[in-house]
Amino acid sequence: MNTNSNTYTVIYSAILVIIVAAALAFAAGALKVPQEKNIEIEKKMNILMSVGKAADAAQVTDKNAYIEDEYKKYIVEEYLVNVKGEKVEGNAFATDLKAELQKTNPDNRTLPVFVCSDNGKTLYILPVRGAGLWGAIWGYISVENDFNTVFGANFDHVGETPGLGAEIATPAFQKQFAGKKLYDADKFVSVEIIKPGSVPVNEHNVDGISGGTITSKAVGAMLFNCLSNYQAFFAKQKRNQPLCLGKMIVVEDGFMVEKDSITGYYKEIDTTNYILIDRSIQ
Amino acid sequence: MSQKEPLFSAKNLKLFTEPFNNGNPVTVLVLGICSALAVTVKLQPAIVMGLSVTIVTGFSSFIISLMRNTIPNRIRIIVQLVVVAALVILVDQVLKAYAYEVSKQLSVFVGLIITNCIIMGRIEAFALGNKPFPSLVDGLGNGAAYGMILVIVAFFRELLGSGTLLGFQIIPESWYIKNGGFYENNGLMILPPMALIVLGIIIWVQRSFNKSLVEK
Repeated sequence: MNTNSNTYTVIYSAILVIIVAAALAFAAGALKVPQEKNIEIEKKMNILMSVGKAADAAQVTDKNAYIEDEYKKYIVEEYLVNVKGEKVEGNAFATDLKAELQKTNPDNRTLPVFVCSDNGKTLYILPVRGAGLWGAIWGYISVENDFNTVFGANFDHVGETPGLGAEIATPAFQKQFAGKKLYDADKFVSVEIIKPGSVPVNEHNVDGISGGTITSKAVGAMLFNCLSNYQAFFAKQKRNQPLCLGKMIVVEDGFMVEKDSITGYYKEIDTTNYILIDRSIQ
Repeated sequence: MSQKEPLFSAKNLKLFTEPFNNGNPVTVLVLGICSALAVTVKLQPAIVMGLSVTIVTGFSSFIISLMRNTIPNRIRIIVQLVVVAALVILVDQVLKAYAYEVSKQLSVFVGLIITNCIIMGRIEAFALGNKPFPSLVDGLGNGAAYGMILVIVAFFRELLGSGTLLGFQIIPESWYIKNGGFYENNGLMILPPMALIVLGIIIWVQRSFNKSLVEK
C-alpha cells in the first residue's frame, strides 16, 4: 500500500484522532469520581486549616477519612447569605465563588458561610477569591464571633512565582492574620498587605512578601472585595449577638428568662446568679 | 526481534543499560534539563516525575514502533506527538486521581513531558526503525536513566536544602541553630541554579570514571 498518498494520510490521521479521543474520553470518565473526591477533600482541608485544624493531614495514613472526620467534628453549619445579610436557600459547599463574584449586580450574589464550633467557641469561615499575578488566588478567612477579629487564614493559588508570590500559601505568611481587625471603629477596612515601614504597622495590616509585591497586593484586594460583601451579614449577626453562646438572657414580663437562640425556647433561670443591668433606667 | 532471538538477549539488555552510563540522556546527551531543574527540590516529585517519564517514553516508543510501517511519512511527527500527548494526558489524569498532592507539586511539568526531548528523540532515533519489544526496552531504559539522574539531584537538594528525605527529617533537629545547634539548611539548594551545579558535578564525576565520554 502506498502510505504516502493523500487519501491514505487523511484517513489515517482521522482514524488515529478518533481512537485517541475515544481513549482519552474513556479515561476522563473513569477517573472523574476519584478526581472530584480529591478536590472536595482539599477544599475541606483548606476550610479546616483556616481555623487551625487538620494539622496532621500530612502524617495520617488515610488522609481522606481524617479530613472527613475533622470536618464533621468542627464544621457544624454551612449556609448561604446574600449581600443584605439574609440567609438564602442553597448548597454552600458546592457554591462556585468565582461565578458569584462575577455577577455584575451584587444583590444577586449568594455567598457561603461555614460555621465552626470548637470547645464552645464559634468561628465563621468565609471564602475569598481573587486574581493574583499569574492566575487565580483563593482562600478562607475565619473570624471570631465579634465579626471583627480575624482568627486565621489559609490561602492557595494556581501558579504564583515559587519562592515569591507562592509564599502566600505558607504558614509563615498566613499566621500573621490572626488577631487582625476588619473594622476600624465602625468602618470596614479589611486587612491590608503592606511593605513594613510604608505605613505604621497596626491591627489592620500585615507584612507583605518581599519580591511578591503584586501577589501581596492582590491578597489585600481579594480580602477587601470579598469580605465587603459580608458587611451586612456581619452587622446583622452583631445585632443578634447572644450574651453568651447559644443563649440569650432576656427579661419578659418582669421575669428573667433564658432564651436559646437556636431553638427559640425560653427557660426560667435562677436570678441569684446574675446581676440585672437595666439599660432603660440609665 | 527475530524469531530466534530471545526476549532478554544481551543486545536487548544493553538497550536498557546503555542509557544509565554511556548514553545517559541527561548527563551525556544533555536532554530534559529544564524539568530536571524544576522538579528536583524534593525527592518525592522527582521519583514520580521519573516514573511518569519512564512510562511515557516506554509506551510511546512501543506504540510508535507497532505503527511504524503504517505511519505516513509526511505526518510522521504529528502522529508521534498525538501518541505522546495522549499518553501524557493519561498519566496526568491518573496522577490527579490517585496522587493529587504530587500532581499539584508537579503542576505544569507533567503536561510538559510532551516537550521532553528524550521522548521524541527515542522515537525518531530508535522506535521508527526497530521492532516493538526492543523499542519498549529502549524507551524504558532512557526514561529510567533520566529518572535516576533526577533522583540523585533531588536526593542532594532535599537533604542539604531541607534536611529531609521523602519528607522525613534526617538532620537531627537539635543540630539547628534555632535549637541551639550549629547547622543551618542551605537555602541555595532549594533554588534552581543549585540543580544545575549538582548536575554539573554528576557529569564531572561520571566523566572522571568513564574516560570515553571526555571530548578530545
